[in-house]
Amino acid sequence: MRIFDLDKWSETFETLMRNKSRSFLTAFGIFWGLFMFSLLMGGGQGLESLMAKNFEGIAQNSCFLIPGQTTKTYKGLQSGRQWNLRAADAQLLKHRVKGIDLCEPVILGENPTPRYKDKTTYGTVKGVNPEYAAMENPHIIYGRFINQTDCDQERKVCVIGMRVREELFPDTPNPCGKFIELDSIYYEVVGVSNMKSNVGTGGGNSQQTIMLPFTTAQKIYQKGDRADMLVYTAAPGHTVTEIEEAVNTVIKEEHLIAPDDDQALFSINLEKLFQVIDNLFAGIRFLVWLIGIGTLISGTIGVSNIMMVTVKERTTEIGIRRAIGARPSNILWQIMAESMVLTLFAGLLGIVISVLILQGVEMGIAASTGVEAKFQLSFGMALSAFGVLMMLGTLAGVAPSLRALAIKPIEALTDE
Amino acid sequence: MEQTTMIHLDGIHKTYQGAQPLHVLKGISLDIKKGEFVSIMGASGSGKSTLLNILGILDNYDEGEYLLNGVLIKNLSETKAADYRNRMIGFIFQSFNLIPFKNAMENVALPLYYQGVSRRKRNALALEYLERLGLKEWAHHLPSELSGGQKQRVAIARAIIAHPQIILADEPTGALDSKTSEEVMQLLRDLNEKKGMTIVVVTHESGVAYRTHKVIHIKDGIIGKIEENKTMEGQPYLK
Repeated sequence: MRIFDLDKWSETFETLMRNKSRSFLTAFGIFWGLFMFSLLMGGGQGLESLMAKNFEGIAQNSCFLIPGQTTKTYKGLQSGRQWNLRAADAQLLKHRVKGIDLCEPVILGENPTPRYKDKTTYGTVKGVNPEYAAMENPHIIYGRFINQTDCDQERKVCVIGMRVREELFPDTPNPCGKFIELDSIYYEVVGVSNMKSNVGTGGGNSQQTIMLPFTTAQKIYQKGDRADMLVYTAAPGHTVTEIEEAVNTVIKEEHLIAPDDDQALFSINLEKLFQVIDNLFAGIRFLVWLIGIGTLISGTIGVSNIMMVTVKERTTEIGIRRAIGARPSNILWQIMAESMVLTLFAGLLGIVISVLILQGVEMGIAASTGVEAKFQLSFGMALSAFGVLMMLGTLAGVAPSLRALAIKPIEALTDE
Repeated sequence: MEQTTMIHLDGIHKTYQGAQPLHVLKGISLDIKKGEFVSIMGASGSGKSTLLNILGILDNYDEGEYLLNGVLIKNLSETKAADYRNRMIGFIFQSFNLIPFKNAMENVALPLYYQGVSRRKRNALALEYLERLGLKEWAHHLPSELSGGQKQRVAIARAIIAHPQIILADEPTGALDSKTSEEVMQLLRDLNEKKGMTIVVVTHESGVAYRTHKVIHIKDGIIGKIEENKTMEGQPYLK
């Protein structure tokens, strides 16, 4: 049988076009199925990418350690004692815990009001070492990050977040070399960070963070040898969950905390957090697929069902065709082709419309929040949807064409 | 006129199987020569429609032999049967059986579609046939926009477009008034006389039957008598 016979296609097309309402009703199920399927797919993906934006640039194998209050008496010390981390704990952990990769102390400053000339804004201050960049990618767009010399010489330099730059230097894209004032102390801006994650360590929006050299912050905020937080990552081949326990043990030992006093320190394991989110999205993805495929199948069955009724209704037509010389294969081809063309057309329309809607959503979100989330279907996804569609179209045509084949011309043509 | 045998039936039996087997044709033997204009007449239930179905390769028979223009028609596959119907037989039905969503021209051209004739060629040919039957200006009308007589003329054009060996007409005037019946019968007669077409008309109406050259009476599954009807005149339509 010649599949690429133009005449057969135009015959199919005409039959469909001359029976518009029938074709429309038949096609609608598939249209809706694919429309919903693509929309769900894009929506799920968009949600995921929106969520991922919050964690962008953060090492997923990291863990934050923040001191709290002891809840148990230990070695003659009262419970309810506020203890502090020391900057030196970082070195200690590196030596004593196997599988730890980076371990950096962080100073969390007060929330000063950054000022440049007459402009002020809101910001959070964080004192970090150069290595901190490996844990939370600062996305430096101008200048540089804090370096070792800054720390060694306790320089008054800072790296400002994007929002801070926008507020203080609205007309100067690159404010490096300018001095901003934080709590009556002037710092030279050496870099601008375009970090976007919303889980900035120590709270706060990373766009509004001002980073100082660790030693400078320690001095300015009179921390002595203390650190407000430790951030560590697991070495390749190790997981944070593996080393978390060892880290806590060392810290408890060092700071005279009861080994079983779990509330004395807060350990925020990002790996676990990501795991939870991953699982959540795996669940959503599964649900999306389930619903999507369900919709597709019901659409296909709908098409098949209507085609069945249609074939019944077209008994006479098919009988006439058979009587004047249509072979069984002609009839089979005709019904299959009609089903395929309908499915294809309706399905493509469904994909196109949902793609347009997804594009709109993407643009809407980008315009209103500035976040570029990926809602759009990928080309590969659209292509595979197309493939599935072809298959569904063929499948939907099978039962009706078999029924059409069973029509005997005499039965169809008897007038009684 | 050449007098070769077009249809040769020899002891055709047909029984419909069912709860109560129905022996419809009980040994039909019949020869119809090429270029004859014949009617098969009988009351309803006489087996004439079954005979027509067998002649039209729409139905199988159980016993006997059917030769159509020298070709044995027996136990054909559906595909083969479809091809023979397409090339050898033109059908005319009581209820016209035009495809409602196709216009007159496309209906006429349909047999050629199944022969793989290109669209332009078959439409041109269909127009030619419609013109011959005086329906040129109706070529692009749907069947629903045509009168009964016009519909039957479209059906006749469809029946002859593929140059069949025989035309089988099943109560061709059954749904028409006497005036258009007369026109349709005249048309068939012209086809027979001018084109030498072999035509078999099945009817229960003597008015139709006596407008053919030969009337074959069938009763209870066997052939009663065969009347030559030289004058082609006589009875009016029973309308």
